[in-house]
Amino acid sequence: MAMTRKQRRLVLIGGSVGVLGIALALVLSALGSSIVFFNSPSDVLAKHISPGTRIRIGGLVKMGSVQRGNDLKIRFEVTDGKSEIPVRFQGIVPDLFREGQGVVAEGKLEPGNVLDADTVLAKHDERYMPKEVVEALKKSGRWQEGETAAAGGPAK
Amino acid sequence: MIPELGHYALILALALGLIQSVAPVIGSIYRDAPLMRLANSTALMQFVFVAASFAALEICFITSDFSVAIVYENSHSLMPLVYRMSSVWGNHEGSMLLWVLILSLFGALVAMFGVNLPSTLKALVLAVQSWIACAFYVFILLTSNPFLRLTPAPFEGRDLNPILQDPGLAIHPPLLYLGYVGFSIAFSFAIAALIEGRIDAAWARWVRPWTLMAWMFLTLGIAMGSYWAYYTLGWGGFWFWDPVENASLMPWLAGTALLHSAVVMEKRNALKVWTILLAILTFSLSLIGTFLVRSGVLTSVHAFASDPTRGVFILCILVLFIGGALTLFAWRAPMLKQGGLFAPISREGALVFNNLFLTTACLTVFVGTLYPLALEALTGAKISVGAPFFNVTFGPLVLALLFAMPFGQLLAWKRGDLLGAAQRLMAAFGVGLVVIGLTYAVEGKQPVLAPFAVGLAFYIMVGAAVDLVERTGLFRMPLRIVAARAGGLPRSAWGTAVAHFGIALSMLGIIAAGSWGTERIVAVKPSQTISISGYTLTFDGLSQQAGPNYSAVVGRFTVREGGNVIGVMQPSKRSFSTRGMSTNEAALMERGFGQLYLSLGDTEANGSLAIRLYYKPLVLLIWIGAVIMMLGGALSLSDRRLRVGAPKPARAKTAMQPAE
Repeated sequence: MAMTRKQRRLVLIGGSVGVLGIALALVLSALGSSIVFFNSPSDVLAKHISPGTRIRIGGLVKMGSVQRGNDLKIRFEVTDGKSEIPVRFQGIVPDLFREGQGVVAEGKLEPGNVLDADTVLAKHDERYMPKEVVEALKKSGRWQEGETAAAGGPAK
Repeated sequence: MIPELGHYALILALALGLIQSVAPVIGSIYRDAPLMRLANSTALMQFVFVAASFAALEICFITSDFSVAIVYENSHSLMPLVYRMSSVWGNHEGSMLLWVLILSLFGALVAMFGVNLPSTLKALVLAVQSWIACAFYVFILLTSNPFLRLTPAPFEGRDLNPILQDPGLAIHPPLLYLGYVGFSIAFSFAIAALIEGRIDAAWARWVRPWTLMAWMFLTLGIAMGSYWAYYTLGWGGFWFWDPVENASLMPWLAGTALLHSAVVMEKRNALKVWTILLAILTFSLSLIGTFLVRSGVLTSVHAFASDPTRGVFILCILVLFIGGALTLFAWRAPMLKQGGLFAPISREGALVFNNLFLTTACLTVFVGTLYPLALEALTGAKISVGAPFFNVTFGPLVLALLFAMPFGQLLAWKRGDLLGAAQRLMAAFGVGLVVIGLTYAVEGKQPVLAPFAVGLAFYIMVGAAVDLVERTGLFRMPLRIVAARAGGLPRSAWGTAVAHFGIALSMLGIIAAGSWGTERIVAVKPSQTISISGYTLTFDGLSQQAGPNYSAVVGRFTVREGGNVIGVMQPSKRSFSTRGMSTNEAALMERGFGQLYLSLGDTEANGSLAIRLYYKPLVLLIWIGAVIMMLGGALSLSDRRLRVGAPKPARAKTAMQPAE
């Protein structure tokens, strides 16, 4: 298989472009289908997100809203101070999940704006709050600057 | 006094660094040997001063000197010694000091062991290394001084984040940094070659051992981090596609590509410009990783927030070095003498294939990691990109690469024989197919693709060995000859086979644990029994225990297999009063290469205890595979060292062994 220099170069360039093209197609299709948008509770109500969409919401666990049922079922409401979204979850919530504390939940939005969550994340330690929660609280005007000013966290 | 000495030592290191940034360059222009040699001593002394600075900080932590701000913020007098020592880098300032310590260590190593480097090349390499070091010394001194004092000094510290109070912290960051920062040497070599405008096969021979060393540490560091996350986060995952994890994966992928392209350059004097570019990109990705982790731009399970001045400063360093390097590359690379082209079907061609897929896979990780940040900066929309994205982008590229890997090992340099390679891989194909069949028979049809992946892993394992088997004459010759031949093979051939075997092993672990692992999340009451994958666990009860700086609730579970007691698992939850935090200490029980994994959740209103119980078959192979990959690297490295010492005979030797 004797190839000229030109042919060899063509094979090399053609192969590279081919692989990059395939990768690009994979990335674009994945960006269209497998990413999840983050919303504050007010966003969820304002945007009229259609039921069945996977979303992430963040805010504070509303005081007095946590109800535990059998089989590790739990219900609570996520609030940004303006609106609340009820969340259903079955499983073990993080250690730092508490009423009045920051939380992020991910799952499918059900009719009636109830989130059927499969993932619940709490804030990491007493000084750190998920960025998404901070944003949600800032938007609704419930954020006090300096609240986590001293934040420094795990350096892993 | 000691913190001030540490601070002063760091300033002296900066002063030396500035000299080393300029003098060798002038020396190389005027061919002034003493000026160039100056870099050797300054590189050594830089390391000595940074080490002194680091030692000073260690002393502050060990003696619990709470007048030092970061000691107060991150330590506690009741913490065990090992955590007081490792909490030096459990915070931003200290971990940057570790970063420059390792950077100056590599500079000193080049000064000491680069004895047969051409003098101008060595001078320039050390100068470039010093440019990087100076940028980070200034960064530390101006924005992240670890030696800031508090007056009056508090009586007690605020404790280290409990999640970091783990042996993992003592091992993982130093290994990771040895990897990350080790790639700076390849970068410095690339920049020096561009400045000199000269590059040849010998260049690749000098760069490869350094790259290989960094790669080995990074491999081990990533694996260690993954195991740490696995046992400490309490939900049994070992890789989360978290941006901080991706930040270490990207330099690893680029560094792996660099290792392979440097082989082509060394053996065939081709791919020169590409290898230079890869060396620049690999360290650039390390810098980007440092930026992502240190600037606080990320939301992640490794949550880290800090003030933006640091982020902007690192961003400036990033732009300066990556932008500068790429500009220099664009300007000088066309002047480098091009190497020859080669046939697509050949060892060189296979290594290009490897590079193409590794860099493209790296690109998908890059997009998945940075796209959310870019989107948020541009539109304000916040998204999360997780496993589903990487499974469909990164996954297929890596599978294609893994399938081709055994072929690469069997193709000859210059002109390979694809059909011949396929024939020699018959045994590997056969084993792969049999394994697919067996897996189907034993594990059933769910999930559909898993048996194929297991077959692929076995095909790679056998394929990795084929080359060695043929060359040693195993199964054909008497054992005595086989042993003699095995000893005579170049260590790098062994290294390749071992490293590729390790990848397949890791892959097998990932597939098995992911596909056939079982999970029970339940609430239990004392004396209640739960069963999982043939094991039954009886909840004996809870007890309280006191640690040095925490109190723990410990659950006791008796584990039975087929009615026989095989052990006790004691997962616990530790509460650290200083920070008001708790950590989850999962209990692990080895069953062959698999593990039973048990972690505690909350106590429910009715008094029952929530638990997470997993059975993860072959999960240990994930990390064992990584360690084997590292050992493969070590084998290759031991080969390189011999040849670097005597470049010419080695070249003659490789010429006589075209089969390699």
